[in-house]
Amino acid sequence: MTATVTKKLMLFFPRCECEKPIIYHLVKDHNLVVNVYRAKVTPEEEGYLVLDVTGTEEDIDQGMAFVKTFNVTINTTGKGVIRDENLCTHCGYCVPYCPSGALHIADEATREVGYDEAECIECLACIRVCPYGACASAF
Amino acid sequence: MKTYQQINDRIESGKAVVLTADEIMDYVDKKGLTTAAEEVDVVTTATFGPMCSSGCFLNFGHSKPKIRMSEAWVEDVLAYTGVAAVDVYLGATQLRHGDPANMYHPGEFRYGGGHVIEDLVAGKTLQLFALSYGTDCYPLRELRTYFTIHDLNQAIMVNPRNCYQNYNVAINDSDRTIYTYMGTLEPFRKNANYCSAGQLSPLLNDPYYDVIGVGTTVWLAGAAGHVYAEGTQHAGGGQRTPDGIPMGGAGTLALTADMKQMRPEFVRGVSLRGYGVSLALGVGIPIPVLNEDVLKRTCIRDRDILAPVVDYSRDYPQNTGKVIRYVSYEQLRSGQIEVEGNKVAVGSLSSYYKAMEIANLLADEIRRGDFRLAEPISYLPKNVRMKPLATKEKSS
Repeated sequence: MTATVTKKLMLFFPRCECEKPIIYHLVKDHNLVVNVYRAKVTPEEEGYLVLDVTGTEEDIDQGMAFVKTFNVTINTTGKGVIRDENLCTHCGYCVPYCPSGALHIADEATREVGYDEAECIECLACIRVCPYGACASAF
Repeated sequence: MKTYQQINDRIESGKAVVLTADEIMDYVDKKGLTTAAEEVDVVTTATFGPMCSSGCFLNFGHSKPKIRMSEAWVEDVLAYTGVAAVDVYLGATQLRHGDPANMYHPGEFRYGGGHVIEDLVAGKTLQLFALSYGTDCYPLRELRTYFTIHDLNQAIMVNPRNCYQNYNVAINDSDRTIYTYMGTLEPFRKNANYCSAGQLSPLLNDPYYDVIGVGTTVWLAGAAGHVYAEGTQHAGGGQRTPDGIPMGGAGTLALTADMKQMRPEFVRGVSLRGYGVSLALGVGIPIPVLNEDVLKRTCIRDRDILAPVVDYSRDYPQNTGKVIRYVSYEQLRSGQIEVEGNKVAVGSLSSYYKAMEIANLLADEIRRGDFRLAEPISYLPKNVRMKPLATKEKSS
């Protein structure tokens, strides 16, 4: 059995592609398991979608090739929520509000706050609570 | 036994031994109190966190023709003009004009006095808008101009209350989310927030105010400043542990320094959802190791410092004085405390990381001979209590 992998993607849908059932085809035609974290698709406007896709490397590659046949931009860096290191004061206030542990105390001695992007589920709690505006959404 | 003069002489000759309050305990454990007290000259303490009761005096200089400002706004944030013609006091918690506050609860409070102060220190160009009723000597009635901190004659931070000695741990006993100056508190005691640098915090290393007093030199956001008075709400007379550590707010300091010398990374506007705006500041205070007693008190550890857990849904707003329990800063820093059998996630509004950075920066300045210690010209009161405000009918 071929090993499966999971990749986090951020898709940008220009206005003309918003109403196409692209994700449906990823599941149906390319055997991908999708886990949508966050979507912002407004009729008559642009749209964004952050999701995990799980499948074989081959299926993911074919799925992405399919997505690229539309005018959709694929961002594989997974940065739907961005923490600005220069604005963060490492107070640790955000840590209990982060349900996935993406924001965490990285060093018990210095109390430095770390941000593990791969763990972020894009609930946006950090954006609401950070007193310094250190966390922001890409969309 | 050392004197301030001897310590300053050692600093001047570049030979001063300086440790941070985070390092001193292990050093004393290793060397013994007597030897360490002879060797170490200064212990640096620090804190970085939201500090309401901050603000600054700004002098704009005179326009042509002159104005006597009766109302003034910097970046649409109201400044107090009842000082002099072109002197204003800008407070950290002042909201921006037109901010809907909590009209759509919880308000976001994205910009206010604290943010203006941050932008000033960062050297940004800001808008001044001022109105006046006009006088013979100050005829101008309206002024709109743009300036940076460099254009001002003076920009002096004057903070009536900073460096709270210890502080509450806030929790929410109710069934709805509440929004406080101690952060967002989820219902049914789901989370708790504290706000202190604990073992690194200045007044916890000098619990009886033996060396920190009026005239003590401080590192205020990178500028050389000093303690100018006891802080507002200073009340050292409350409950203490057998070691003399206050078990609640207790002492405070009033601080001042030149904002033109400050570093922007240590002056940060704060937005607290549903509550308002404030200012987070970095403060470092050197403790002169005059004798073994002074040194011993700097060896305080997080596990020895207790903070009261207080319900901010009822007991704090209604001023009941009830404390649910006391927890140590060691427990708080573990990220979880236990309250009446339930585990509660803990967050901090105070940055230990930044406080450590400040304690090290101050230690380096002292080692380089760039920072001198000063003997207090007067000391903070030890036994005063905080008075409540009685609301009463006018007496006949």
